[in-house]
Amino acid sequence: MTQQIAIKEGLFTWPAEKPELLGSRCIHCGEAAFPAQNDCRACGSRETEITALGNRGTLWTWTIQSFMPKSPYLSDETPETFKPYGVGYVEMPGGVRVESRFELIEGQVPHIGMSLDLVILPFRTDESGQEIMMFSFKPAEE
Amino acid sequence: MDVAIIGIGLHPFGRSPTLTGQQQGASAIRTALADAGLTWKDMQFAYGGSQDGGNADALVNELGLTGLQFTNIWNGCATGGSSLHAAYTAIKSGEYDIGVVVGFDKHARGAFNPTPSDWGLDDWYGESGMMLTTQFFAMKFQRYMHDHGISNDSLIRVSEKAFQNGALTPTAWRREALSYEQIANSMMVSNPLRKYMFCSPAEGGAALILCNANIAERYTKKPIYLKAAAVRTRHYGSFEVFSPSQAMNVADAPTVTASNAAFELAGLGPKDVDVMQLQDTDSGTEIIHMAENGFCEHGEQEKLLREGATKINGSMPVNTDGGCLANGEPVGASGLRQVHEICVQLRGEGGARQVSGSPKVGYTHVYGAPGLSGVNILTR
Repeated sequence: MTQQIAIKEGLFTWPAEKPELLGSRCIHCGEAAFPAQNDCRACGSRETEITALGNRGTLWTWTIQSFMPKSPYLSDETPETFKPYGVGYVEMPGGVRVESRFELIEGQVPHIGMSLDLVILPFRTDESGQEIMMFSFKPAEE
Repeated sequence: MDVAIIGIGLHPFGRSPTLTGQQQGASAIRTALADAGLTWKDMQFAYGGSQDGGNADALVNELGLTGLQFTNIWNGCATGGSSLHAAYTAIKSGEYDIGVVVGFDKHARGAFNPTPSDWGLDDWYGESGMMLTTQFFAMKFQRYMHDHGISNDSLIRVSEKAFQNGALTPTAWRREALSYEQIANSMMVSNPLRKYMFCSPAEGGAALILCNANIAERYTKKPIYLKAAAVRTRHYGSFEVFSPSQAMNVADAPTVTASNAAFELAGLGPKDVDVMQLQDTDSGTEIIHMAENGFCEHGEQEKLLREGATKINGSMPVNTDGGCLANGEPVGASGLRQVHEICVQLRGEGGARQVSGSPKVGYTHVYGAPGLSGVNILTR
């Protein structure tokens, strides 16, 4: 079986039955950040703790990446196999809007306010054959 | 004490395949010196910057080794604004009487490809395809349309005006007017923004000679006074490019704080401004910047654009030389190109693109990654 590894440790709980995004929360002012950071950008405190941000969010704004980006984008695609993807800010129950890719459904135009569920998907395969896993979102099934 | 601009120079924007970025910077300085009737030896100091064109202080190899203080400035899209601010304070402090600011660049074709670590970000952010300025500006405007009832019509009108103005500007890169339909039907790049709604990285150079206003009339009959120069970075919560997350409460953009600071310094308000340059790396940002700089209310732009208010003959002319959309964006030079155009307009030397009624007060604004803004207010 192909081995799978997270694109970066600490971005999401995985493997897990219901993966969640992980961020940090300032123990002084309560502001959340993604990805987790040691210092709080809101109040300047150096005391933050890791917190789960949830797995269902609401689309706050969006666009569609219609052409294959150049470096630093790193995928297995070629300009011929490239498929447009959604990019948006997803308002999470943890109290922060997280920038993320989201899956486009054919014939369905994304809209502000739509419900999205977190998914952890294979993004590319590295030189040693491992699948690199990345967080994304897909429209929630109500 | 006031600071005066007594010489202005541009090296044409676009592509100069036979010249390096530094040569384009030196070319702009030579033009500005000639405009002021001065020589390189007269310069006591220089501030300059470039993103991809090499070190600014290496221009002494082109211009002469005179021993002047030459400081390199690098501040993203606000590089020109920061250089001008540094020159402004150098003269205001009384340390120097006369000097030059220069910006130049030479970018490869296509979109910028930033390095995540340069911006304090991890590699995964860039590798996964989220580190594109085009995406950010599209997402910012998508939300803006939703919140303030702006439609695609406004986006198209901004581009239409930019290329009309570019066609009237001999130093512009894009000199062909485009029809409303050509813009509306151009390729969708990043929804809702289409091909002709984005500016492109380019090449070019811009330079200004500045001096203590008390001696300005020795050099020119038409000094332009730099009444305010302000540069500000973002506050917590402002919605910025290259941000993996965003706070729930959206704070004012750095443009708002830079603009307020500049108006206060100048003792002027938005209603006093006759001609303005607002950063237009895409059509949507020009629309947002009209309100963020205090020239209208959020949402009012739709009506203003339909009425042609921002055209050369309108009530609030914006980007009379075609802005970034028609000139492209050589990052180091772009902010000084804006000041150059305002000087041209205030001197009454705009030719076919001259704003009527002898404009007295001009305004320039840049915005760039990762959330900073520079504003200048100029008078004659």
